[in-house]
Amino acid sequence: MTVPGGPAALEVEHLSVAFGRNTVIRDLSFRVEQGDCLAIIGPNGSGKTVLFKALIGALAYEGRIAWAPGTTIGYVPQKLDIERDLPITGRDFLRAKAAVSRAAPEEIVRVLGLVGLSPELAEQPIGTLSGGQFQRLLLAFALMGRPSVLLFDEPTAGVDEPGQEAIYAMLRRVQESEGLTLFLISHELSLVYRYAKTVLCLSRRRTCFGSPVEILTPERLHEVYGTNTSFHFHDDHLG
Amino acid sequence: MTTSASALSLALALAMAVAAGLVGCFAVMRRMTLASDAISHVALPGIGIALALHFHPVLGGLAALLFGTVLVWAVEHKTGIPTETVIGVVFSAALAVGSLLTSGEELIEALFGAPRDLGPAETVLGLMGAALVIGFILRARDRLVIALVSPDLARTVGIDTARMDLLFLLAFSLTVALGLRYLGVLLMGSLIIIPAATAKHLARSLTAMLLIAVSAAVLSTLIGLSVAPLVHLEAGPLIIAVAAGLFFGSLLVRQRARQGPAVPAE
Repeated sequence: MTVPGGPAALEVEHLSVAFGRNTVIRDLSFRVEQGDCLAIIGPNGSGKTVLFKALIGALAYEGRIAWAPGTTIGYVPQKLDIERDLPITGRDFLRAKAAVSRAAPEEIVRVLGLVGLSPELAEQPIGTLSGGQFQRLLLAFALMGRPSVLLFDEPTAGVDEPGQEAIYAMLRRVQESEGLTLFLISHELSLVYRYAKTVLCLSRRRTCFGSPVEILTPERLHEVYGTNTSFHFHDDHLG
Repeated sequence: MTTSASALSLALALAMAVAAGLVGCFAVMRRMTLASDAISHVALPGIGIALALHFHPVLGGLAALLFGTVLVWAVEHKTGIPTETVIGVVFSAALAVGSLLTSGEELIEALFGAPRDLGPAETVLGLMGAALVIGFILRARDRLVIALVSPDLARTVGIDTARMDLLFLLAFSLTVALGLRYLGVLLMGSLIIIPAATAKHLARSLTAMLLIAVSAAVLSTLIGLSVAPLVHLEAGPLIIAVAAGLFFGSLLVRQRARQGPAVPAE
């Protein structure tokens, strides 16, 4: 499953990930161009987050994962279990990343501005932030040090519809200003249709890869999800 | 004891308290509160063997702690069983074996501590151990913060989380060994956890937590050591009693802070 084009940000060949006898991803191959926006869709348990964890090297796998030379990865996980009274502020968390990645302290101000998080909120303990605020903080953490690739696991999980639009618009803005190659896991098919350039659908039944117009058809979605899945889209597809 | 020996001994006790406060912050934030007590138990069989073979009991305790730590780390990373479970099994077994190897007054001393005069070499080694722990925590604090928020995020910034876990557990064990003389196997885990738990109640940032935990551990140790000779009691249990008192005091402070200032009546 490859789409020929510009220089590759990532090439995946015959990737398989298993937990004991349970093979979650089997013989997956795809290629993503630099500056592309890839959306990964599929039903629950199809291996989307497992794929991300294999891509960042957090899980053992078989096959080949080849990032372009010099790739640096920013990762925003789906959900973190943070104690409410953990005495670590947003600024502590970002300062730790700045120190470890040897970024200048001014980077903290820059990434907070990029994600629209106020300096006052960054002084609060991270366990007291709302879901949306904490997600912005994780995005700021990921963007620190100017990564070339951003992996974002369900950017709009638990966010209302106007909020989802705002998050995708922010991601589009950040992608353009930072020159990022963007990988998104999403269940919001109408947003995927509008913002992604390529779509990878994972499913125990069938795996497919291509442009949103090719992939997000009622027939393909039925094959992937096993139910009649529809979504609303506008004619202003940007991909 | 000469004045200089007393000063060195006090310096060692305070260095131990600083190390305990710092290590405790990350142990509490990593939710190792119960595991921490269990870890200190593994020193017991080492002390028992050291006494039987007539060499320094603290060295025996340290050797057993380091061996137990590496064993727990290896079992956890090979099997994927949670740290708390592995620590619970390995160190409870160590307590049982240690109790069989040690007996009578020696067992009481090993469990609750018994300050003795230390030679210059022992004191210097102790100070070096404390410096090692303090240096590690201060140097690794950023990596420890990222790894405790999310091991996956830590990997994306190039942190070897398995190595970090091992180094932290070794720093924890070394801190326990530093306190064996004063507090013994049962109480040293408490000096690591209680001041850090106090700090977690009061602090709203990492630096504040580290400062409060270190202050609480040092204050408890100073008060315990000063009051013990006056009331003819052992220093170890007094140190922990003061630390526990500070913890309960912090609960009151936190409750008042949550209630906020009273609204004046019209």
